[in-house]
Amino acid sequence: MSILVYIEHAEGKVKKTSLEAVSFANALSAKTGEGDVVALALGTIGQDELAAVGKAGAAKVLHAADDRLTAGVIQAHASALAQAFEKVGAKTVVLAKSSLGDAVAARLAIKINAALVSNVVELPDTSAGYKVKRSIFTGKAFAETEVSTENKILAIKKNAVDLKTDGSDAVVESFDVSLSDSDFASKITSTERATGEVLLPEADIVVSGGRGLKGPENWGMIEDLAATLGAATGCSKPVSDIGWRPHHEHVGQTGVKVAPSLYIAIGISGAIQHLAGVNSSKCIVVINKDPEAPFFKAADYGIVGDAFEVVPKLNEALKAEL
Amino acid sequence: MNILVCITHVPDTTSKIQFTDNNTKFDSTGVQFIIGPYDDYALARAVELRDQTGGKLTVLNVGLAESDPTLRKALAIGADEAIRVNSEPKDSFFVAKQIAHYAKEGGYDLILMGRESIDFNGGMVHGMVGELLGMPSFSPVMKLDIEGSTVKMAREIEGGKEMLEASLPLIAGCQEPIAEWKIPNMRGIMSARTKPLNVVEPVSDETQAVATQYQLPPAKGAVKLVDKDHVEELVKLLKNEAKVL
Repeated sequence: MSILVYIEHAEGKVKKTSLEAVSFANALSAKTGEGDVVALALGTIGQDELAAVGKAGAAKVLHAADDRLTAGVIQAHASALAQAFEKVGAKTVVLAKSSLGDAVAARLAIKINAALVSNVVELPDTSAGYKVKRSIFTGKAFAETEVSTENKILAIKKNAVDLKTDGSDAVVESFDVSLSDSDFASKITSTERATGEVLLPEADIVVSGGRGLKGPENWGMIEDLAATLGAATGCSKPVSDIGWRPHHEHVGQTGVKVAPSLYIAIGISGAIQHLAGVNSSKCIVVINKDPEAPFFKAADYGIVGDAFEVVPKLNEALKAEL
Repeated sequence: MNILVCITHVPDTTSKIQFTDNNTKFDSTGVQFIIGPYDDYALARAVELRDQTGGKLTVLNVGLAESDPTLRKALAIGADEAIRVNSEPKDSFFVAKQIAHYAKEGGYDLILMGRESIDFNGGMVHGMVGELLGMPSFSPVMKLDIEGSTVKMAREIEGGKEMLEASLPLIAGCQEPIAEWKIPNMRGIMSARTKPLNVVEPVSDETQAVATQYQLPPAKGAVKLVDKDHVEELVKLLKNEAKVL
């Protein structure tokens, strides 16, 4: 028996969130005795990069190198996972919650007759039955969920588990997937991805700006601060609605939900819809010139002051310290 | 073209989340319920597509009678008829089974819904329905245009988007900016009263993952304010106290 983990990669690198999923599966196996952790990687990616997945706790990586799978073709990925599930004789599939992961896991759940639990925040409680704690109401509450099926899929929320880094290299084994034309009936015609930047949903530190910045031309200081911290940049909904920043940077209820270690909000008042996107952050810093801004109530640390004055100073202080 | 839009009946985004009955039930006291914001985007796009291509637009909700005002609102926004599957939405699998059954019966060309509900945030019903019906499914879709028999979509991915082409029939979980939310006008509200709202019974009772107990996150302590002329204090706190640098 094994636990199967679905690995995502972009630009030749396995995603950190997928490594967290491997770490989660490793800890889960230690608890339930479900055997080795076997990861499945699809498409073109280097063998060394896959072997390194072992550091997070995988014993083996199955690699279906078919280049048509490099892009996230939802139907084909779900089929490949179902075949790997059958091959390794797994009962549990673990994956990171993501744009592609969610879409693939839902189809897989039907294919393998598994309960799918999403936004899982800790290891399941198996003392009586199988109970999984997950985040609901956009981070505003948790639900304990009773799973009644033998097969299970757990989609892990970011930071649900500490990343394991002390494992040894995994065995990489090539894996033949049989796919039909219907698996590739939809075509990805192009992909636009911000390159060389830290991706917002996966970032450990996020620096976000709001309308208090007065215009897109003032984003330089946000980007400077983010560069100092190795952070991703985000924004509030009004800012993406008026087109100062792209939609994929919009943090909030109907945008990206982030769960970084540190979230720095600059010139954002803190509407409840924005807070819904950031309330899983470990530490929140708010910089706003209005001492009555509701965001201060949700913050760990705050500075009441003009962003144009505070942010450059903070950047200098950070540079001196880091 | 016949379009089905599946909507959720969920607490308004500004609601205070509380539980009752020993934390086994959502406390709806004083809470206003709305069409799920993502479902609202799906509905808005569906109204535009129906107006463009003709055909019928049906909205569906799995819920008890308390969902009826939400379905009436969808009719006021522009749907032609509504179906309510008369049951609590027990879990995603349960809901997907109901939708798959009634969608098959209706023979729709396009099925839209929100990328996820804002109560349980599962984001899985569209994919499950897709697999149950053997139709391709896509989510989160931020753009959807129909050109002849080709559907052109943009799907959001981490840090960007991918452009896709597929053929009908298909299912999409939608999000902004696929369309602007539509606010019902007086004519819409009047006509919604006489449009059909059919109540049907659930076709399966199967569940797989049911929430049994709820919990609120621990209360946040008071914010620590740092003087704007001593930002280096903040750096020290982040490094030594919060340990996040």
